[in-house]
Amino acid sequence: MSELSDLIADTSERIFHDLGDPQSVINSGDGGWRPPLWSAIEEAGLSRAMVPEALGGVGIPLAVAFDILRIAGRHAVALPLAETVLAGWLLGRGGISAPDGMIAVAPTQRHSRLSIDDRGRITGRCDAVPFAGEVSHFAVLAQNGDAGCHVALLSADEVAVDAGHSIAGDDLGTVICEATEPLAAAKVDGLTQDSLMQFGAVARAMQMAGALEALLDMSVQYAQERVAFGRPISKYQAVQHNLARMAGEVAAAVAIATSAAYALEQGSELDEAVLIEAASAKIRVGEAAGEGAAIAHQVHGAIGYTMEHPLHRFAQRLWAWRDDFGGEVEWAERLGRVYASKGGLGMWPTVTAA
Amino acid sequence: MSSAIQFDPVRLPEEAEALRVEVRAFIAEEVAAGTFELGQPGRAFNLAFSRKVAQKGWIGMTWPKEYGGQERSFLERYVVNEEFLIAGAPTRVHFTADRQSGPVILKYAPEEIKRKIIPRIIAGECTFSIGMSEPNSGSDLFAASTKAERTNEGWRINGQKLWTSTAHQADYMIGLFRTSPPTSDNRRHGLTQFLVDMKADGISTRPVYFPDGSHDFNEVIFDNTLIPDDHVLGEIDGAWKQATAELAYERSGPERFLETIQVLIALIELIGPEPDSRAAEGLGRLMAQMFTMRRMSISVAGMLSAGKEPVLEASLVKDLGTIWEQKLPALARDLAAGLPFDRVGRAEFQKTLEHAIRIAPKLTIQGGTTEVLRGIIARGLGLR
Ligand SMILES: Cc1cc2nc3c(=O)[nH]c(=O)nc-3n(C[C@H](O)[C@H](O)[C@H](O)COP(=O)(O)OP(=O)(O)OC[C@H]3O[C@@H](n4cnc5c(N)ncnc54)[C@H](O)[C@@H]3O)c2cc1C
Repeated sequence: MSELSDLIADTSERIFHDLGDPQSVINSGDGGWRPPLWSAIEEAGLSRAMVPEALGGVGIPLAVAFDILRIAGRHAVALPLAETVLAGWLLGRGGISAPDGMIAVAPTQRHSRLSIDDRGRITGRCDAVPFAGEVSHFAVLAQNGDAGCHVALLSADEVAVDAGHSIAGDDLGTVICEATEPLAAAKVDGLTQDSLMQFGAVARAMQMAGALEALLDMSVQYAQERVAFGRPISKYQAVQHNLARMAGEVAAAVAIATSAAYALEQGSELDEAVLIEAASAKIRVGEAAGEGAAIAHQVHGAIGYTMEHPLHRFAQRLWAWRDDFGGEVEWAERLGRVYASKGGLGMWPTVTAA
Repeated sequence: MSSAIQFDPVRLPEEAEALRVEVRAFIAEEVAAGTFELGQPGRAFNLAFSRKVAQKGWIGMTWPKEYGGQERSFLERYVVNEEFLIAGAPTRVHFTADRQSGPVILKYAPEEIKRKIIPRIIAGECTFSIGMSEPNSGSDLFAASTKAERTNEGWRINGQKLWTSTAHQADYMIGLFRTSPPTSDNRRHGLTQFLVDMKADGISTRPVYFPDGSHDFNEVIFDNTLIPDDHVLGEIDGAWKQATAELAYERSGPERFLETIQVLIALIELIGPEPDSRAAEGLGRLMAQMFTMRRMSISVAGMLSAGKEPVLEASLVKDLGTIWEQKLPALARDLAAGLPFDRVGRAEFQKTLEHAIRIAPKLTIQGGTTEVLRGIIARGLGLR
């Protein structure tokens, strides 16, 4: 890729490694790693990677911005980075400047809905919003009946959050708005809740692809070091084949996630091709997440099943991320209906047109 | 970091998509003209069809112009290949030569041999078979014992190849024969690749039938067969060095996941435009999996056309792809079982399904088994 993308990748890698390394996070025993990591992320401009140039962004190509999330996934970064990046994009669509600090997006599930009334007040309930309890702002998408979608910026002080935790122990909550006055709002033509679901799905696919890459490296390395019956376990064919299978899952995840990110960069989120890429990515990467985490655990034996080992930081986030912005089943139903509508002979032209 | 595995997003270039339109029109014409029937599985042997493909310039299309090729890109070839697979086009006459044998000859044969054979492949009139496996040498290729002995007239071949697809229809075989014993420090040493004219004296071919009674497999017996000196391909005793790059081509093409695709097409017809949630979910997963494999396969094709040797990536595509195409019939069967029996398209689906279920077992054996492939992947990961 280009020099810019290399530079951004190197910067991201260095920040996440130096300040968010999973083993150090575990060893620290508290959340003390969070403020310095977040400051470094903000200072490097990573959290504003999708803010349009006109609104003060630095004009990073979309696929490169998505790649930051893959690199964050390689370190199991447990801060609302993906959320704040997505917020930059969403607010940007409405010409609204993204404030500094952590921003969550909502809705993150297809069944959740926010509506905006004629006086611009927002009402509704969004389930399972990642980091809802930690952010200072929300970037939301709200519908005005059939009249289209609005993008709005809300202060966290103005909404009610029923806080809980994801399977990874990260903040996850229900957001409730009752005639909430937004800080800013704008109607955006051609934007739908699907657009947000697709962007979110691809963001999560990239994070998961990164986490899977890290798990594969970790597992291969461990297999080479761990000795049983007088030989490194990497010499046993059963272990080799498990890791080969895992490599296939990781490869599939990386291939489809980066392909979908590229599709979002090149196309409009209303294109059927983009829907197909995003849906395929969330489904296939979600499947890989389940398989990959399971094999990583198997290869590691008991040591991987401990608090002190970093494996769980990746595995648990894979399990959490695959549920955000629609899980495999939901996207598969959606995608299945698209292909069914094409008929047997229409399937292939649909694939090649994407 | 995991930069060891590389799958960059690659899109087919405009000229490849333009070619796709041409290929689809050609297929439609040939189906209308009765040359073949759409959706037939198994790549039938059809000389008339291969000649027409040749007239289009689509056999050996990436090869040098000086031998009659078109020097078109590997990604353009990819498009022709996948369109023929989806249509179930009868490409058997030229398939192996176009994919594997032609490139081997271009790389390793002496000049006169290239000039004699390559144009015939390109004309669609020359079929190749691959003579590697033997009764006691399958996964362990380096156990091959069919002998080639140097004499004054050339090389004398004695022994037996087995499982040789298309040998009964082939003009040539690329055979792997033992020219020296293995050495104590390299058991791969001592095998040489030869070009074998199947009409030579001392070659007899006997059918070995598939379980459904069809004939593709053969046993090929060599009884003092003479092969001229200029039919040696590459280094004597050093065939093992010639394998790797070719395998990247052989492992990653669309035929590595589209072999049972007719079942999916028939399933979509059976499901109809308004699926219930079970059928929709099942179909959606299958499509996401297939779509991902195609992206991976195109990514490898992109690396190959950029002159790289993505051996690990190609092996990963083949492993995932063959496992998927093997499972597809079973998954399709399950989904179809949830639909009303009297659906339109049931009989067609059932016929396609049964064929796919019957051929499924071979998909993870031919061209190297899953176990062997995973060994190669493990080596690529640095585990052995
Ligand atoms: C449809 C079809 C077409 C074919 N066409 C051709 C052709 O045109 N030309 C040609 O030369 N050959 C051809 N073959 C043969 C094919 O290459 C061999 O079948 C294949 O390489 C496996 O060899 P084998 O059948 O002797 O099985 P074996 O090598 O005996 O293997 C039997 C089982 O043992 C496993 N196994 C073997 N070694 C190991 C190991 N080290 N570790 C773990 N497991 C192991 C295998 O994976 C397999 O499951 C074809 C095969 C099929 C099915």
